[in-house]
Amino acid sequence: MRVVVEPSRYKIPLARPSIGVAGKTGSWRLERPIVDNNACTRCFLCEIHCPVNVIRVEPETGVSINYDYCKGCGLCADVCPVGAIKMVPEE
Amino acid sequence: MSKPALPYKARDVVLPGDAACPGCPIPIAWKVLSAVFGDKMILVIPASCSSVVVGMYPGNSLKASVIHVPFASAAAVASGVAEALEKRGVSDVQVIAWAGDGGTADIGMASLSGAAERNHNFIYIMYDNEAYMNTGIQRSSSTPRGAWTTTTPILGKGEEKKDVARIMIAHGVPYVATASIGYVHDFYSKLVRASKIKGFKFISLHAPCPVGWRFDPRYTVRVARLAVETGLWILYEYYDGRIHLSGPSRPLLDPSKRKPVEEYLKLQGRFKNVDEKMVKSIQEYVENNWEWVKRHM
Ligand SMILES: Cc1ncc(C[n+]2csc(CCOP(=O)(O)OP(=O)(O)O)c2C)c(N)n1
Ligand code: SF4
Ligand code: SF4
Ligand code: SF4
Ligand SMILES: [Mg+2]
Repeated sequence: MRVVVEPSRYKIPLARPSIGVAGKTGSWRLERPIVDNNACTRCFLCEIHCPVNVIRVEPETGVSINYDYCKGCGLCADVCPVGAIKMVPEE
Repeated sequence: MSKPALPYKARDVVLPGDAACPGCPIPIAWKVLSAVFGDKMILVIPASCSSVVVGMYPGNSLKASVIHVPFASAAAVASGVAEALEKRGVSDVQVIAWAGDGGTADIGMASLSGAAERNHNFIYIMYDNEAYMNTGIQRSSSTPRGAWTTTTPILGKGEEKKDVARIMIAHGVPYVATASIGYVHDFYSKLVRASKIKGFKFISLHAPCPVGWRFDPRYTVRVARLAVETGLWILYEYYDGRIHLSGPSRPLLDPSKRKPVEEYLKLQGRFKNVDEKMVKSIQEYVENNWEWVKRHM
């Protein structure tokens, strides 16, 4: 007997790329990275190393951070060669 | 001037809001992978922290293909995927087995050895956080001597760390390298070189874990760099039958250029209880490793 499978009746359980699979991870943060864009030399080291990929360095405007997801690890402040990032306690 | 791949090509694939602990080395490494391969990569991931980090169905924190597989099978599945791509004539997608030290040095060793011997065309990356982190910091054969884990709670681990890169060199595969989260550009160029070589490639990636190693999450990169600067973790590539030292490790051929191992150990709570005798013998381990490297250069 030949079993005919109707493709439309099956859903393949494929996960899709999505932002925030663990929620808005900014709520985990105990300390907030604050950037002094005047001191920043645009070396990109903070952006390259941020584990959450929330830092963007733009040559003209400097560093911006997406605080909705930044986990406050402080790694960006530690790799910054000129100390342009400070960690300050969250309210 | 063209824009450098790091950071520009690393912007899109690793998505914010994954389930990694703050300061986790895993997504840092994935950013480097994406800078080389973009979304043209298939990661084969056995049970580990990484399986959790990417998130639960229906989400995936990576804009790339991920195949979740049971323990021990990563190298076997990656072999099959690589062969299937070849049969279909797909040549612009990189297959990468991405496994922890437990899933490689212990549980995945047999299938890893098989894939290496058959010389399948993919890159196997063992990210080495030196214990079974996902299940609560149990020791693995890749945990270094002296380190505290929940299964070596009093005296620390008594046995030496298993050197998987050497085991892979002994397989005679075309490319073996060591890399570190502390040197992302070095890791990047190793991936580029590996991607141009046909056959089996192995990279052992040192990946300090703030949770399991007991250090402040801001120090992940600092700890990784200290492992290299003290000479404990030697960065090299092996191809054409010999070891080629990588840039950051090259000056350290001269022992006087190496920092004392204490500088690495003292940042980490897992080494809190090591005594002077242990520090001395860890220093000896460093010297012996370098002798081995020198003999194979
Ligand atoms: C056959 C089997 N045994 C045990 C487990 C439980 N388990 C899940 S992840 C894990 C630890 C893996 O350690 P490692 O490969 O070093 O990766 P890490 O979690 O450190 O990133 C274990 C033991 C499992 N999922 N399947
Ligand atoms: S604190 Fe951590 S997560 Fe936040 S921007 Fe810095 S490196 Fe990224
Ligand atoms: S690491 Fe520091 S100097 Fe470099 S781009 Fe970031 S903030 Fe600027
Ligand atoms: S336990 Fe360590 S390796 Fe695992 S997710 Fe947390 S920081 Fe990353
Ligand atoms: Mg591990």
